[in-house]
Order: sequence, then C-alpha cells, then structure tokens
Amino acid sequence: MTYILKPKLHHPELPTNALGLTRRDYEGRISTLCAGCGHDSISAAIVQACFELDIAPHRLAKMSGIGCSSKTPDYFLGQSHGFNSVHGRMPSVLTGANLANRDLIYLGVSGDGDSASIGLGQFAHSIRRGVNMCYIVENNGVYGLTKGQFSATSDKGSKSKRGVENTESGIDLVALALQLGATYVGRSFSGDKAQLVPLIKGALSHHGPAVLDIVSPCVAFNNHAGSTKSFDYVRAHNEAVNRLDVILGRTPITADYEPGTVTEVTQHDGSKLRLRKLDDGYDATDLVGAMHYLQMHHAKGEVVTGLLYVDPDATDLHDRLGTTDVALNRLGTRELSPGAAALAKINAGLR
Amino acid sequence: MPEPLSAINDFVVKFANVNGSGSASANGLFAKAIIRMGVPVSARNIFPSNIQGLPTWYEVRVTEAGHLGRRGGVDIAVALNPQTWDDDVAEIVPGGYLFYDNTRPMPASKFRDDITVIGVPLTTICNEAYKIPRERQLFKNIAYVGALSWLIGIDTDVVEKLLAEEFASKAKLIGANIQAFNLGRNWAKENLKPIGLQLRHADAVGDRIFVEGNNAAALGAVYGGATVCAWYPITPSTSLAEGFMAHCEALRTNEDGSKRYAIVQAEDEIASIGIVVGAGWNGARAFTCTSGPGISLMNEFIGLSYFAEIPAVIFDVQRGGPSTGMPTRTQQSDLLLAAYASHGDTKHIMLLPADPGECFEMGATAFDLADRFQTTVFVMLDLDIGMQEWLVEPFKWDDAREIDRGKVMTFEDLEAGKDFGRYMDVDHDGVPYRTYPGTHPTRGAYFTRGTSRNRAAGYSEKGVDYQYNMERLLAKFATAARAVPAPVTRAAKKKTKAGVIYFGSTTPAMHEALEALEAQGHHVDAMRVRAFPFPQEVYDFIHAHEEVFVVEQNRDAQLRTLIVTEGGINPAVLTPILHYDGAPITARFLIDSIGSRMSAANAIREIAE
Repeated sequence: MTYILKPKLHHPELPTNALGLTRRDYEGRISTLCAGCGHDSISAAIVQACFELDIAPHRLAKMSGIGCSSKTPDYFLGQSHGFNSVHGRMPSVLTGANLANRDLIYLGVSGDGDSASIGLGQFAHSIRRGVNMCYIVENNGVYGLTKGQFSATSDKGSKSKRGVENTESGIDLVALALQLGATYVGRSFSGDKAQLVPLIKGALSHHGPAVLDIVSPCVAFNNHAGSTKSFDYVRAHNEAVNRLDVILGRTPITADYEPGTVTEVTQHDGSKLRLRKLDDGYDATDLVGAMHYLQMHHAKGEVVTGLLYVDPDATDLHDRLGTTDVALNRLGTRELSPGAAALAKINAGLR
Repeated sequence: MPEPLSAINDFVVKFANVNGSGSASANGLFAKAIIRMGVPVSARNIFPSNIQGLPTWYEVRVTEAGHLGRRGGVDIAVALNPQTWDDDVAEIVPGGYLFYDNTRPMPASKFRDDITVIGVPLTTICNEAYKIPRERQLFKNIAYVGALSWLIGIDTDVVEKLLAEEFASKAKLIGANIQAFNLGRNWAKENLKPIGLQLRHADAVGDRIFVEGNNAAALGAVYGGATVCAWYPITPSTSLAEGFMAHCEALRTNEDGSKRYAIVQAEDEIASIGIVVGAGWNGARAFTCTSGPGISLMNEFIGLSYFAEIPAVIFDVQRGGPSTGMPTRTQQSDLLLAAYASHGDTKHIMLLPADPGECFEMGATAFDLADRFQTTVFVMLDLDIGMQEWLVEPFKWDDAREIDRGKVMTFEDLEAGKDFGRYMDVDHDGVPYRTYPGTHPTRGAYFTRGTSRNRAAGYSEKGVDYQYNMERLLAKFATAARAVPAPVTRAAKKKTKAGVIYFGSTTPAMHEALEALEAQGHHVDAMRVRAFPFPQEVYDFIHAHEEVFVVEQNRDAQLRTLIVTEGGINPAVLTPILHYDGAPITARFLIDSIGSRMSAANAIREIAE
C-alpha cells in the first residue's frame, strides 16, 4: 500500500468518454491492500469498464460484504454511493437496494470467503431470485485479512503457505452459478486485463444476475508453489474459451472478424456481445454444454475462462414481481397511502 | 348441585375442537353473530403448532360491559374433542354447562354432578342429512352453532345475514349453511329448553370493527408508505406478511397490473433484514415481520442499522420463548432482546401497541420514526394481539398527513451548495442528513460501512471520531424519547401512593382489574407505556408513587429491567407482576395478585399506625 495521495489535477489531454469524463473521474481512494494484490487489478478493470461504458458514476451503487475484496469499492468510483455491509450478506443488501430503485446499476464485490463460505446461501438465493446485478467474486482461495486460512474455494490438495494440504473439496462458484440460474456467467484472471475489462462491461450491461468469478492471487498468503490460485499456476492452466468485445448500441461496428469465428449476442439494453471463439466446440448460449465443458476441464486441472454462459433473453426480479417502472423510492404519499375513503371501506368489511 | 348459572350478555363459552376439522369458520360465525347483536365479545383461538389432528380451542367471552381481556374460567364448554374431554370438563365453573355430541354414550364417570349436561346427537343428525363424509364433518360444525343458538338466544336473522355476506360469491353455499344451521337449531328446539345464560340485543358495539393485529399492522404499513417487504415464514407473524400482500394487491396495483410494492419471501430471517437494510439505505420504506427466533438471527444487521444509521422497521409478533419455546402461545418476552439487539453498545426504538387499532397507527408511524431517526424501529406485537380478532374502534386516517422522510438532502440542496457530511450533527439533535444513492453527479456520495468513521463518513479508527459518533447516537436516542408515542395515564378516583405500569396486550385485562380493585377499595394510578425510549413522564410517574406494580407477560420482568436501567430507578419501588404461562393474562389474575399485595400492605400500614 502507499500513503502518497494521488494529485487531483490531471493531464488536460486525457481522453474523455461520451459524458466528458476521464478515466481518472472513475477512480476512488488510494488502495490499502498489499502491493501487487490481484484485487487492485480488478478495481482498475472496473474503472476502465465503467469509463468505456460511459456510466455516470453516481448512477451505480457499489455493494460489498466483509474481507479484502469487500474493501475495494472504496478504491474505485469515488462519486458512487458504496455500502460495505456485513460478512457474507452483500447479496441481500444488494437485493433490497435494487428493489428500492431499479434505475441504478448494482455492482456487488465479494470474495471467496464472503461468497463461498459464510455467504454461500445468499450467493445462491440472490442468483436464483434473478436480481439484476454484476456480482464479482475476487477469488484468491484464502482468508487474507485473518492471515492465510483456507477458504471454501481452495482446491482439494492445494497447499497453504506453511505447506499444509487442504483436505476439503473446493467449491466452484461458476458451476454453482450456472446451476442456480445466473444468466451471465464468466471467469477470468486478475492478471488478464484484456479479457477482464470486456467481461465486466458485458456483466454491467446485462439485464439479470451476472456472475464473474475472477481468480485473483493473494500475494501475501496464496502465491506460492502448491497453490492453485497463484499467478504462475493460473497462467499455466488457463483455458480461455473465447474473447469478448462489448459493443454499445450506439457505437458503429467497425472491427473485422474472420467469418465463422464470431458469435454475436444482443443484450436487453441493445449492447452487442461479440464472442471471438478460441475453442470451436464452445457455445456460450448452451447452458448444458457449458456445465459439461466446465466439469471436463476441471477434471484435467484446467481453469476455464471467458464468457461461459449468457442468456440474451434474461429477466430480472422486477420483471418477475411485476413492479412498476417508477423506482419505488420515488413514490410519494399520493401513490402509497390509499387515504381515508379506502379505509372507510375496509372498516365496513370488518364489522 | 349449585344453581345453574344465569346471566344476560355476560358469560364465557369455550369450544374444544380438533385442529383441521373445519371448526374455525363455525366458531367465527358464532362470535360475529353475537357482535352483530350489539354485544361485545373477546375471542381467542388457542391452537397447537400443528396443521391437523391436535386439540384446538376457541374461547368467546360475551361481555356487554366491554371487558375485552380474558376473564378466566368457562361457563359453557362445547366439548367436541375426546382427547381433551377431561380437562375441558374440569375447567367448567360450578353451575356451568357442558354441551357435547351424545351420539356415542359416555360413562357417567366422565361427567360432573355440579354442572348441567346437554347432549345433542350431532353425528347422528348430520349422518342422516348428508352422504358425503366431508360434508358430514363440516356441516356438523354449523349444526352445533345452530343448536347453541336456540340454547342461548342467538338471533337467526343475524346468522342468515352473516352467511349471505360470507358466501356472497358462492350463492349455493348460503342455503346449504343455513340448512345445516337449522338442522341443529330445530333438533334443539324440539328437545331442549334455553339455558340460564342468554343473549339479548344491545347497543354496546357501536361502529367498532373486529380485526386481527397482524392484519391491522400490515394495513398500517401500507398507509405508512412501505414499499419493500422481505420476510420468512414464522408463527405467529406469517399472517402479517400475507396481510400486506393482500392489502397491496387491492390498494397498490396500477391499472396496467404493475405493482407499487415489492414483496420477497427470503431464504431466512438474515436475508430478510438484509433486504430491508439495503432498501432502507436506498430510500425505500422497508420492513420485515418475524418473531423472537427471527430477531435472534437478525442481530448483526440490526447493529449495522443502528451504527451505519439506516432506517428499518421490524414487526416482532412475540411468542413464548426461549429457543423454539411455545410457537403458538403468547408472551411479551422479547423486550430486552429487541431493545438492545446486537453486539456493542446499541439501543433501539420500540413501539408497544395495545390492540389492533394501535397496530394500524403504529404500523404507519414506525416508518416515519425509522426515517426521522435513521435507525431500526421495532413494533412489538404479541400472538394475542397479532393473531386474535379484537373489537376496536374503526381505523382512522387523516388525508392531510404526508409521509415524513426525515433529513434527506435533495439534488437541489446539494446543487445550492449545502454542506453535506453524512454523520455531522448540524441541528444539535443527534440526527444527521443523508442522501439517496444516485442523487447528484458530483456531490453527496458517501461510503456506508459498519466500521467506525469520521463525520464525513471516511474510515477512521481514531478514538475521537468513534466517540463523537457513539455520543451523537445517544443524543439521537434522547431526541427519539421526545418523539415516540407518549404514555397514557389513568388516575385513580382517590389520591393514592400506589401505581401500576403496563403495556401491550395486558391492557384490557388491566382496565377490568382496575375497576374491580377500585370496587374493593384499592386505588391505583395507572400508566400504559407505549414506546421505548421512555419519555420523561414515565420516570416522573414512578417518582410520584411509593410503590409501582410493573405488569408484564414474561418471567424475568423485562420492562422493569429496562425502566431500572434506563431511568436509574431504585428497583425496590417497582414490584413485578408476572404472568408467563403462554395464555393471555386475565383480569382475575391481576385482581388477585395486585389486590392481595395491596391488602397486605394496608394491613401492615394499619398495624404501624
């Protein structure tokens, strides 16, 4: 970590986006995580994704639980409201926030302890409930803040820094998310910005529960030989199924692609996801195929990355509940309180 | 044998049934018919934690005098459950009546010789009239109401009208039910004489309504502007969430079918309160409803709501604790749990409704208080208020009333350059300003956290910052003590040194007991507390008396503990009067326990003088 404050002034020729904001306008406070932490790379990718998507920072809410990962929302989007809530319970808080105002974008940031151990229940139920959110798990397979205990995503047989072997099965959050009904599921690696930024952009513009499992090595406690969440291990075992480009509805499509190697998915908000296939056999709109592929490669010790599944016709919790288009937190006395005349009728029915 | 009981519009009938046999609607018809005759009733379902097969009772106190608490004792037992026969018969007061189905003969040893036994062959009557087994069972219930109507003088016109209203949408059932009613009534008319306990038309009900507290609280939440409800099923609070669903569907649905509310049945109580806190943080009025076990689970979030200052409303419909306790019995035993919920130094606002009428009022007010004080507000019902129908004044609403969102900085405020610091006490009342997420592009954003922070919401572990916030929270709580519903006092007819403090569902029994005690020459000033933190009047009341009885329905005198702790009151002046067997407190219990203590105290005083 560093104690040097970033200067507020920036170069006058920094590129701006459609809102006239520079990338710097999407930054937050200085990170207090360890130098080289994978989580900081993810924060940088979130900044880049929001900048490129022209998101007005105040129209996004940052939600998190407890842990190293959950501290990070303080380190990006300083003009957004953030909520660092309770360990393992970010999904319920995000659900409530989303119900109150369907007009904002909800970014949930969590870790493997927060989501796979204490919060596995809420992780699961927020997904099956269909909450419209971008749920990022910064997965390092270890409890960092309490100094190096195994987490529930640590692979069986992987070794802690002290050489102790994990004897419990690891939870694969991507496999779980697919089974639970997430409609946008991806996995990436904090060290692969080129893959990560478009995945986050796609998740932020997705209408429905979008889950990203991002392997993010812990430089202090889980970056040694024997770990399956280290930089070296992930680089060596990364099996990327595709490369993604997110094209906003208003942007003309200029990129050239070789025929046959690209599939295009149009999302709810009009944005297009262009998937450049790296594996010919992989179809990201085939849920059953995705589950099978994932298990097959997991058995070989490979970490499958990329956009693993997307349902372009996804619905969200508001669609399912049939809530009004107006954000519930904007309704006033007239819309909410039925008045004395209605009450007189209710009284009459109770005599 | 004592003289058979004789009274008009003043007696207790208790139905002993088997759960799931369809008796509930027949018993409800019985109670409502008496109300329609202008005679107040207080009615209680006494039921097990079971869906089918276990014993269930319905107790109706007929009381033209308007005593709506439980009286204690049974004048007419309608004993239709062989499993509980012995207890049901034993409970009848000497001179009382036993009504039973005498289709199958009972040995003489199963009866008492100091009561009047009335046998009606209900099974035979219904088996002859109906072929389908389910009809035989269901109509047997209506038939016993018919037989009773002859015995105690229920007006048949009233019953016919009620049935016509209830089955307005299924006309076929009106005639069928009236027929069953007359089966029982005609048999009784031909074979039996009316008994000494009789009903007469009266004018003692007025325009009062008959309603459950859970339903009333749910309606209060609608009127109070709640838009988000997250809940997990638990007896005895479930019907509150279901009531909110029904009221919202009727009152908050747009013409195109879209809804001005959102209800989520969550996976547990932790997620329920999490959703409420998230919605409250984001500017919607949100609540959950639960019972004691749910509050235990919600503790961590309640602390977050307190410390991060996020509005939330929790309806706690209290049941018998601890642990799973007695899910279908009533108690006031969550007071301390709610008042100090969560780790660290915390205190929470509690509203203490006395009946469904106050459940409606406080159900709405709770949301204003939660927004004004940016904290959790508990509305403390209990099973007796929540799940029983009470006769109360009609609900009232002032159309000029506006939703009070408390201190919220708007886009215009921020644009005008108003200074915003999330945890700054600018008005010296302990209550800071907040902003809703998404309000302004460059001003008013802040980071909410359960960790300590400075006035501008920046992370800080500095002692001065931490202490500033903790002391401001105390100041805020003191402000709340001046804003919550004030206690209600009832002065004795003669000047007295004795006082009594009570709250919640104890109220009707307490009022009846005060009248009786007064008739015995025991004069007691009474105060009903309606909220925590206690306004100053509560402590003034105690200081103005030598001995104050504190009546509550729990074992450990929790209200008394709160008063002693928060007011620095000498415990010796507060005498606990405790009732906690799971049944609602009765006037008889209060008359005995307070009366005997006062008689003893008077005797000592006389000797001393």
